[in-house]
Amino acid sequence: MMPELGKYADTVLSAYAVSLLLLVVLAVWSIWRARKMRAELETVEARRKRAQ
Amino acid sequence: MIALLTRDLKLAVRAGGGFGLGLAFFLILVALVAFGVGPESALLARIAPGILWVGALLACLLSLDRIFALDREDGSLDLLATAPLPMEGIVTVKALAHWITTGLPLVVAAPLLALMLSLPGEGYLWLFLSLLLGTPALSVLGTFGAALTVGLKRGGLLMSLIVLPLYVPTLIFGAEVARRGAGGLSVEVPLLLLAGITCATLALLPFASAAVLRVNLR
Amino acid sequence: MKSIWEYANPKKFIETSQALLPWVTGLTVVCMVVGLVWGFFFTPDDYRQGSTVKIIYLHVPAALMAINGWFMMLLASLIWLIRRHHVSALAARAAAPIGAVMTIIALATGAIWGQPMWGTWWVWDPRLTSFLILFLFYLGYIALWAAVEDDDTAADLTSILCIVGSVFAVLSRYAVHFWNQGLHQGASVMRAGALAGDTEERVSNVFAAPLFLSMAGFVLFFVALVLLRTQTEIRARRMRALMARERRG
Repeated sequence: MMPELGKYADTVLSAYAVSLLLLVVLAVWSIWRARKMRAELETVEARRKRAQ
Repeated sequence: MIALLTRDLKLAVRAGGGFGLGLAFFLILVALVAFGVGPESALLARIAPGILWVGALLACLLSLDRIFALDREDGSLDLLATAPLPMEGIVTVKALAHWITTGLPLVVAAPLLALMLSLPGEGYLWLFLSLLLGTPALSVLGTFGAALTVGLKRGGLLMSLIVLPLYVPTLIFGAEVARRGAGGLSVEVPLLLLAGITCATLALLPFASAAVLRVNLR
Repeated sequence: MKSIWEYANPKKFIETSQALLPWVTGLTVVCMVVGLVWGFFFTPDDYRQGSTVKIIYLHVPAALMAINGWFMMLLASLIWLIRRHHVSALAARAAAPIGAVMTIIALATGAIWGQPMWGTWWVWDPRLTSFLILFLFYLGYIALWAAVEDDDTAADLTSILCIVGSVFAVLSRYAVHFWNQGLHQGASVMRAGALAGDTEERVSNVFAAPLFLSMAGFVLFFVALVLLRTQTEIRARRMRALMARERRG
């Protein structure tokens, strides 16, 4: 059910590919950093609690 | 204020102050562009205003980190901050000293270098005028960049990244004046806009630079 | 014990944003998927531009968010400078990379679109050039955040840079416009919304609905990521504070 893109198929598809790739990379990177930072903070806070 | 200005000027003129370095860089840059694009004088004449403006801008940039870095190292910046002079005054004097030691020589040298690039006869006056009007803005903007990065260890590259986009409007109008002047067109509009930008930067930016410097000296 | 703003507010922000995030994310996905799928599969080709008109569903929303992202950073910077509200400064920091990516998307799709339409990838057109300059401002801003170690100093410096940068970004936009008139058509989206007469450059109504959906999707995407990344920045800040306290013993 691909629409007929005619002679500009490459243009349209590459524009979509580049944009979606960038959006996904940005989202994944942000989520990955959020998870990592959350886990790290939890370990440090747990360590501090034990130290007290 | 005058004492600070003379002190800065003296420091710059003394050996090792880097007074002539900006000029030498300007000369080399012009020669390099000529080597790069070839010796054909019609082409050089066409791009001369642009080259001279970009060259002046880069030469200006090169000497920016000296504005505060040396004073910061030997602690005189902290002394200045506690002096009765307001921070805005210090920043303005610093920018003025930078302009006198870097901007003004560039303005004077530019017509000579334009000669080497065979700029057409009508262009010299406008090139000179546009640089004279534009370089103070470059110095003031540069002082802002230098104040932003004064505390950083490797601030030079970062400062270029921050300062160069700020130079865009000045460069566009300045080079436009020089280009139109060389082409014998009317220069009134870009000249007025250039003057406007310079006046606005001179009036407002010292406050930003002073605020930034206060943060950095905290 | 420092003031209440120091501690309670970031915590409250994390709680509130945590509750909001699933909703915003869900709406983002719905708007983007519906908008883009509708635009890609179910809109006709433009009679002059052919199928390339489909790029508009990415190009225009990205450009919109590139500018509004900077605007949001400006507001957050002002709030930080006036209220000394840490979450605000961190939100500005969190927004910068998103804005930069939006600028890249706008430039990249623009270049890809320009190739068949104008016969060139890049022209020194006012709009393209302004976006390039905007991108440079984003880079400088991000780099300054990364370079300064002390959090509060970095927040102050970047806020002031953001304000000065905003003024110069606007100045550059007009300067560039003066410098070269350009090929890019005017902003036609708003006229589509205003239901103005049948001017030729207007984005016609067939394209308007998916375009607005996609724009909403990009806005929500930006909001969701800012919420998430601000949480991360708050945690990172707390982490640095804890580490510093540990080193002091």
